[in-house]
Amino acid sequence: MGSSLKEKIYKNIFLIVTAFSLVILFLIALFLFAEALPLFKNVSLIDFLFGKMWYPTMSPHSFGILPLILASFYVSFLSAIISIPLGIAFAVYLSELAPKGIKEVLKPLVELISGFPSVVLGFFGMVVIAPWMTNKLSPFFTETIPNFLSFLHLSYLSNFFANNLYIDVGLNITSASIMLAFITIPTIASLSEDALYLVPRTYKEASLSLGATKWETIKKIVLPAASSGIATAVMLGVSRAMGETMIVLMTCGGASMIPVRPFDPARPLPAAIAAEMGEAPYHSLHYEALFGIGAVLFILTLIFNILSDIARTQGEKKMKGKSV
Amino acid sequence: MVKIKTTNYNLFYGLKQALFDINMDIYKNKITAIIGPSGCGKSTLLRSFNRMNDLIDGVKAKGDIFIDDKSIYKDWDVVELRRKVGMVFQKPNPFPKSIFDNVIYGPRTSGIKDKRKLNDIMEKSLKQAALWDEVKDILRQSAMSLSGGQQQRLCIARAFAVKPEIILMDEATSSLDPISTAKIEELILELKKDYTIVVVTHSMQQAARMSDYTALLYLGKLIEYDKTEKIFTSPSNEITKNYVTGRFG
Ligand SMILES: Nc1ncnc2c1ncn2[C@@H]1O[C@H](COP(=O)(O)OP(=O)(O)OP(=O)(O)O)[C@@H](O)[C@H]1O
Ligand SMILES: [Mg+2]
Repeated sequence: MGSSLKEKIYKNIFLIVTAFSLVILFLIALFLFAEALPLFKNVSLIDFLFGKMWYPTMSPHSFGILPLILASFYVSFLSAIISIPLGIAFAVYLSELAPKGIKEVLKPLVELISGFPSVVLGFFGMVVIAPWMTNKLSPFFTETIPNFLSFLHLSYLSNFFANNLYIDVGLNITSASIMLAFITIPTIASLSEDALYLVPRTYKEASLSLGATKWETIKKIVLPAASSGIATAVMLGVSRAMGETMIVLMTCGGASMIPVRPFDPARPLPAAIAAEMGEAPYHSLHYEALFGIGAVLFILTLIFNILSDIARTQGEKKMKGKSV
Repeated sequence: MVKIKTTNYNLFYGLKQALFDINMDIYKNKITAIIGPSGCGKSTLLRSFNRMNDLIDGVKAKGDIFIDDKSIYKDWDVVELRRKVGMVFQKPNPFPKSIFDNVIYGPRTSGIKDKRKLNDIMEKSLKQAALWDEVKDILRQSAMSLSGGQQQRLCIARAFAVKPEIILMDEATSSLDPISTAKIEELILELKKDYTIVVVTHSMQQAARMSDYTALLYLGKLIEYDKTEKIFTSPSNEITKNYVTGRFG
């Protein structure tokens, strides 16, 4: 058999497999939208997306998912704030500073953590983080700090702490964000490390040979050269946080109110689907609304994935000199 | 006048010794060529002068190197040393930044903030590297969009912008076409009145054309080091004779 024929066969096999999985994905998306569609005979799209009340089982019911959308954004945003600096710092340490031996141990370890079963993380959040919040952190915010501040005669600040930072529910947005960070930090660190590793050695050598210190080289050459890869990593990390279900289901408290304080309990989109799908009667409005939530979630994660792709192509352009 | 002096300099990559007891005086305002077969340690020696070998894991050095009579290990701060000893690499390696940002990278890191001053340095360096006319209208464009020869001259300009006294070039023309090579050679000859230049080259003609002094390395040892004319017309060592007449290497 000629090698070019062999090549053709392989190529076609791969093409078929790829096409097959694309079709399946497309069908899943289609199914999602088709199941959600009948809802909009009864509820307008605006009321669905921007309605402030999610009372799917009460009568009269209300299918506004704004509290759920905001909850999703809130936890993703908080976990991003925690995990972007830590993840990138960790990546820089791994790729630029750590001795070879340490890196060889740490890198696989990080990847292992990002693949940790999220139910275990959720469980940890429930039994460790949540009690710690109510028993230790809350008194610290509402007594220790205000006492210290009033001792400094800063009564306004003191009252602010005492009145706003109490934690009455341990399962809340912050707990969920912290536990989500266990997934997003390794994701961002590992992917950013790959991006940093790909920065050509010659750039670093050029920078050092011009009298830059190691730190200046990292800051001015290595990080900017890897920036699109790091942006990709961040987007994928955030999109993971947004789609992650078990952790938010177990640690976010589940209240479907519009979240305000970081210590409010909330119900992110995936948690709503997971918690309610079992009890929603087949093809009821509630059932359709949950599919609608799925569709929204699908679109949100799709947006993040597209953004990460844009970041990647932007970086490739920069390397080819098509943009500065 | 001696600018660089190596005394019993040895270098090891882990257990592998790459340089053996190198004793060599490199003269100010001269062009010194280092030649020798592949793997003989030319790059290693060149990279010793600005301590670029320090970046490689497991490198150890014995002996010393003096620049302006100060030990590069004991007396020079490594950042200061690298500002004084500029380097142009084998493959052009501009940063993926604008032409402007490439040239002023060094001065900016050394703390110069004044816009006018940076502009002056940039223009002067690009002129020195014979690149100004070609890029003066596209300074904000990415350096990656230049041709290979232009990129290499940009790297030369970038090295000059730091105001070094010594320039090290490791086969800086080997990836370039003959015209770009000629331009850069001309440039190097032009520059020697202000700088001390050390070049590594595989091209015997290039060494003969440009350099005042030539050193032949073989298996990590300095075999012969003398005026270029002497090396190419009446070498005293058998290995040198064979190498420059092209019988091996
Ligand atoms: N990073 C390194 N680790 C281990 N050994 C190295 C390293 N760099 C170079 N060597 C070894 O040191 C010796 C000298 O290498 P060097 O690169 O200095 O040679 P060279 O004369 O510049 O060769 P070429 O003409 O091919 O560039 C070679 O045997 C090489 O294998
Ligand atoms: Mg070499």
